[in-house]
Amino acid sequence: MKTLILRTASNYLLPILLLFSIFILLRGHYLPGGGFVGGLIASIAFVLHAFANGLKDTKKLLKFHPGFLMPIGLAVSFLAGLLPVIGFDEPFMTGLWMHDTIPVLGALGTAMFFDIGVYIVVQGVTLTIIFTISESA
Amino acid sequence: MTQQLLLYPLLFQLFLSILLMFFWKKIETQKIISIVGGFIGVFLSALLFYKVWHYGTQTVQAANWEAPYGITFVADTLSATLVLLTAIAGMAVSFFSAASVIPARLRFGYFPIYHFLLLGLTGAFLTGDIFNLYVWFEIIIISSFVLITLGGEKAQIEGAVKYFTLNILASIIFLTAIAVLYGLAGSLNMADLAVLVPQLKNRHLVEVTAILFLVGFGIKSAVFPLYFWLPASYHTPPSAVAAIFGGLLTKVGVYALIRIFSLIFLDNEFLNDLLIVIAVLTLFSGAIGALVQKNVRKIFSYLIICHIGFMIGGLGMFTKVALAGMVFYLIHDIMVKTNLFMISGLIYRIKGTNNVKLLGDLYDKYPKLSLLMFIPLLSLIGVPPFSGFWPKVSLIIATLNEKNYVLLGAIILGSLLTLLVVAKLWSEVFWKKGEELPVRKHFLYFKQMDKARKFQFLAPIVMLAGVSLYIGFGAEHMQQLSNRIASELINNQQYIDAVMPQNN
Repeated sequence: MKTLILRTASNYLLPILLLFSIFILLRGHYLPGGGFVGGLIASIAFVLHAFANGLKDTKKLLKFHPGFLMPIGLAVSFLAGLLPVIGFDEPFMTGLWMHDTIPVLGALGTAMFFDIGVYIVVQGVTLTIIFTISESA
Repeated sequence: MTQQLLLYPLLFQLFLSILLMFFWKKIETQKIISIVGGFIGVFLSALLFYKVWHYGTQTVQAANWEAPYGITFVADTLSATLVLLTAIAGMAVSFFSAASVIPARLRFGYFPIYHFLLLGLTGAFLTGDIFNLYVWFEIIIISSFVLITLGGEKAQIEGAVKYFTLNILASIIFLTAIAVLYGLAGSLNMADLAVLVPQLKNRHLVEVTAILFLVGFGIKSAVFPLYFWLPASYHTPPSAVAAIFGGLLTKVGVYALIRIFSLIFLDNEFLNDLLIVIAVLTLFSGAIGALVQKNVRKIFSYLIICHIGFMIGGLGMFTKVALAGMVFYLIHDIMVKTNLFMISGLIYRIKGTNNVKLLGDLYDKYPKLSLLMFIPLLSLIGVPPFSGFWPKVSLIIATLNEKNYVLLGAIILGSLLTLLVVAKLWSEVFWKKGEELPVRKHFLYFKQMDKARKFQFLAPIVMLAGVSLYIGFGAEHMQQLSNRIASELINNQQYIDAVMPQNN
């Protein structure tokens, strides 16, 4: 599907969709959204790019195999859950929150890092699956 | 830090699998991490066991949410024991995998997935929340499905389809049962359910729910009418995988049955009778199945089914002696079955086949190894003073106390048939004059291996044989442990109090 319109549009859509996915990720604590949906949207951005420009270009854009995102994301989530155990002797996954809020981001807590981990894992899994299928097709 | 000791064996397995994923392509590094990790896992589980033994049931409320609402992790003596056994079997199989699984399989993430399986097993033993138990079962199924198909041979895929279909069916039934139970009682915490369910008015629906749980866990633990997936699939994957499956996967089902019937659905005449009928039929069909098989691993698969019957029978009687016998049998069985499948792998490496007809004169060629393999076989039959003997004594005493002569007959017959199967196996595989087998090309025979590899092959078998010997000769300790677990199971108030101290 190498049409000019899609190719031009995908160049603009990629950053917009990625920004949108981060927006969805961050609003997820109290409102609909979160790491899982955000991760799916982010992978859609790359899939669209792959549709328009071919798989090779997208892989070049990503620079490394998306499967590598899985352990990274898992590690981020794991550490976010582990932090209360190591640092504060609280049970695993207890939410820790900073006292002062940060402008734009709001209150910072371990829950957000857990969600970021999910975001990365979902992206890694989805892209690995889709790339593998379209490579063998 | 020590407050959360309960979660360390669990978190450590998760940590290991994440770490192993970072070394996806480096198989040699993965082997080292997995083996070293196995040792640390045993150490952490032993610490947990020590703590539970001396200070009683430990609990952690995950994320600090109070008991009936959050997810509770509970380690009573039964859980701690099983976590320790999982860690020991896990370490042995890590060792064995490093030596026996071919690199083509290891390249596709064997070790990370293997540790995810151990994570699921540990989680299932530790959780105190019935929906969370379902989640751990899913983790076990998914990772075991990957392990069973890894390599993609035709027989493997065929076995895996049967395995997966029936296990996913079991999960659906389990989930339905949870939904009905939640609709009835309005809680998912097992300790809370233990308080709520006996007060429910609609006893018939409670019984139906209990049967749903029984069917769901029954498929997983491979009891009488629901076991067909097990012999159809366990002989297909590499023997290291079959070892951890045979040792632990069915036992998680048994563990879940123990939990459900000792906490939630208590003292129901009909259910107890049903369990005993199932036990008798399981003992029968497993033993008869093992008699007619011609493949070493299929024989062991049927023996797994047969010996599940001992445990279900003990659960069905639900007296202190019976439960002690059941728990002792569970402990003995995990070690022996894991070891047996590793032995089948060793035989395969020596001879290049697992077919009983073709095998022969192992004792002539490898007398020391044969004696090593003799230890778990003797433990399996339960020749005194080996480990299988003691739990059967408790079980038989329990049947005599209960005057349950049918189960008594089944237990004795099951033991005799096991003896017959093992005797047949011994004479066919070890004593018979074997024919010259054609030499397989591209196949690494045991005698061609270097010293280090041979050591890796034999060390886990020796270790588990040692544990089996300890269980047999140190039966007094095991009996103390089993008695304590049995009294904890019968008096479930201490479990409830440990999870929800605010109720008093």
